[in-house]
Amino acid sequence: MPNMSLTKVKMAEQEPNVRNANFLEVAQGYTAEQAKEEAERCLNCKNPACVQGCPVSVPIPDFIAKIREDDLAGAYKILSNANALPAVSGRVCPQETQCESKCIRGIKGEPVAIGRLERFVADWARENGISNVDTAAKTGKKVAVIGSGPAGLTCAGELARKGHDVTVFEALHVAGGVLSYGIPEFRLPKEIVNKEVENLQKMGVKIETNMVIGKTLTVDELFEEEGFEAVFIGSGAGLPMFARIPGESLVGVFSANEYLTRINLMKAFKGDENCETPLMHSKNVAVIGGGNVAMDAARCAKRMGAENVYIVYRRGEAELPARKEEVHHAMEEGIIFKFLTAPVEIIGYNNPDDRRDPKNGTVLKMHCIEMQLGEPDASGRRRPVPVEGSDFEMEVDTVIPALGTSPNPLIRSTTPGLDVNQKGCIVTAENGGTSREGVFAGGDASTGAATVILAMGAGKKAAASIDEYLRNK
Amino acid sequence: MEKYQIVKKKPLKPDITMMDIYAPLVAKKAKAGQFIIFRVNADGERVPLTIAGTDKEKGTVSIIFQKVGASTMALDELNEGECLHDFVGPLGVPTDIAAMGKKVAVVGGGAGCAIAYPIAKALHESGAEVDLIAGFRNKDLIILEDEMKAACTNLHMCTDIGDYGFHGFGLDMLKKLVSEGKKFDHVVAIGPLMMMKFICVYTKEAGIPTTISMNPIMVDGTGMCGCCRVTVGGETKFACVDGPDFDGHLVDFDECIARNNTYKEFENKKKEEHICRLRGKTNA
Repeated sequence: MPNMSLTKVKMAEQEPNVRNANFLEVAQGYTAEQAKEEAERCLNCKNPACVQGCPVSVPIPDFIAKIREDDLAGAYKILSNANALPAVSGRVCPQETQCESKCIRGIKGEPVAIGRLERFVADWARENGISNVDTAAKTGKKVAVIGSGPAGLTCAGELARKGHDVTVFEALHVAGGVLSYGIPEFRLPKEIVNKEVENLQKMGVKIETNMVIGKTLTVDELFEEEGFEAVFIGSGAGLPMFARIPGESLVGVFSANEYLTRINLMKAFKGDENCETPLMHSKNVAVIGGGNVAMDAARCAKRMGAENVYIVYRRGEAELPARKEEVHHAMEEGIIFKFLTAPVEIIGYNNPDDRRDPKNGTVLKMHCIEMQLGEPDASGRRRPVPVEGSDFEMEVDTVIPALGTSPNPLIRSTTPGLDVNQKGCIVTAENGGTSREGVFAGGDASTGAATVILAMGAGKKAAASIDEYLRNK
Repeated sequence: MEKYQIVKKKPLKPDITMMDIYAPLVAKKAKAGQFIIFRVNADGERVPLTIAGTDKEKGTVSIIFQKVGASTMALDELNEGECLHDFVGPLGVPTDIAAMGKKVAVVGGGAGCAIAYPIAKALHESGAEVDLIAGFRNKDLIILEDEMKAACTNLHMCTDIGDYGFHGFGLDMLKKLVSEGKKFDHVVAIGPLMMMKFICVYTKEAGIPTTISMNPIMVDGTGMCGCCRVTVGGETKFACVDGPDFDGHLVDFDECIARNNTYKEFENKKKEEHICRLRGKTNA
């Protein structure tokens, strides 16, 4: 008999008032008993809707069945054959809008905790030194993957499994892309990212860091001089957008990318004594935006010792684009949400009597206006409109715009014949192919900023197309 | 040869060092005005440095740096044969040599001469008549005099206190040349922000187009973080991908000065700690 409990088995978490002062992982994962109990909730549907909801088509009921049978090695095999980064997606995937949204158990009660089970299986494998690094016979075909974020790593893993000779080019000094520089330690420990990268290396994938494609080498040189037969561009959407309001270049205004990169990639989370890269000691922080990146920035600021951290979002709580769990965690940790609020101007300190005053040019406060929701806009969400006369000021010393990102122009501007759309995103066909022969693309570089799992899905699909292209070549 | 190996190390002054680093792909691509980012060790910060020169055959990139903070001090402790942890480039847009016309004044201030030198050289090689004005506080701080001499038409050495060459700032020399009837199509100014600011005030008045090279705080250097943003003509630009060269008449220098001081306290503390560690080593 399946477990007919209407709710998911709870996963242990650090207490909010403890965790908001450390960078250890918030969610602690299932024990083997909890995983089995939750696995019992899966009805093993004949036509599993959950799989339709998964961008990398994990055979979800099959791996859950193996958990029920106490065959965790079997569960890992099924999972890792379909998903190159299960420990990552088990932690950061928005399951509530993907697989779990389709789960039949969700009609009455909560869906099966697919994400937590995925994480459990991946963690079990890692802790027991088990990896799935079998590859097909070597084909001798060289493929270059540009970018080592979720799209690139997934594509590299899939291609290596099919026996191709894969080299991943990363602009920064470590692999992982947004998994390394963006998502904080307390949501995705870097040890886990490193382990997933190591698994790819065991499959023969080479990782070349400090390689800025478009600068150090161009796409054409990869083909002509380096002997690659196909290229996958998974360079992400790295350029931060600002709010385009006055005062955004004051000292104390950081793009979320900068703030998170200093903390995660450059390890400012270890504190001044143990880190070479500085981070401002902030007291009152306003994060502008309502997505996952905004939540990450706010929760990092709190952990770095800020007294008051605000999320300033121009729509309402229901419209927040972030994962529900992140919003919930942020609220528990004491982040103050200012809904229906838009920034108008960031005001700086200015001492007219002393031009050498070191505080000159630093953030003093932020001028805001209240909003109300009007008619739906092009995105289908109700458009926020300013409420006249509702202006107010927030006392802050730090402002972090987390307003999205757009693709970096370095590759498109140095690759003749590569079509991009008005937003600078690489135009791709359904199979990931671009306007250039042998060049494929996927993830944020072609869609604009989206989620880790969609990038992984695109990387997987492009890998299948590249494999086919190389075989028919 | 290993990746990022120090092939040659040459102290130019007690606090200024020149190094040739083995990085053939960077050497092959680098052009005047571009920069690299280095990290000394696995925990190191990412530090941008303008490329001082390249040897494409040997596959080396020359850098010249002043020991101003913990990271540059740590870099200086490495010796020939040892390797940097990371070295990436060439980053940024090369200096637009072709757009500067036939008669160009290049003004370098202090360690900024290390950046002015390759730009003057590229201009000179392109056939332009180059007046290179190199300003230092005093005689003891002068670097690269012979190299600079070979990279321009006329070299004008200046010292603030007048113990060598012309007595005065580089700006004073520039004004002098112009007042003597010299016509410049373009001025390139590289050095401390204050120096560039005052040169731009003058050249704007004098109607001479002026390019400056920015050296702001950076993290990734590829356009990802926006830390290096500079307001140019009211628009936000990223020095790492849109620069480091900008139209000096449009740059908001006061903002740049404030932004460059963001982490002063932290930097000073790290420098102190570093010096303490060094002393500890020598005492032991």
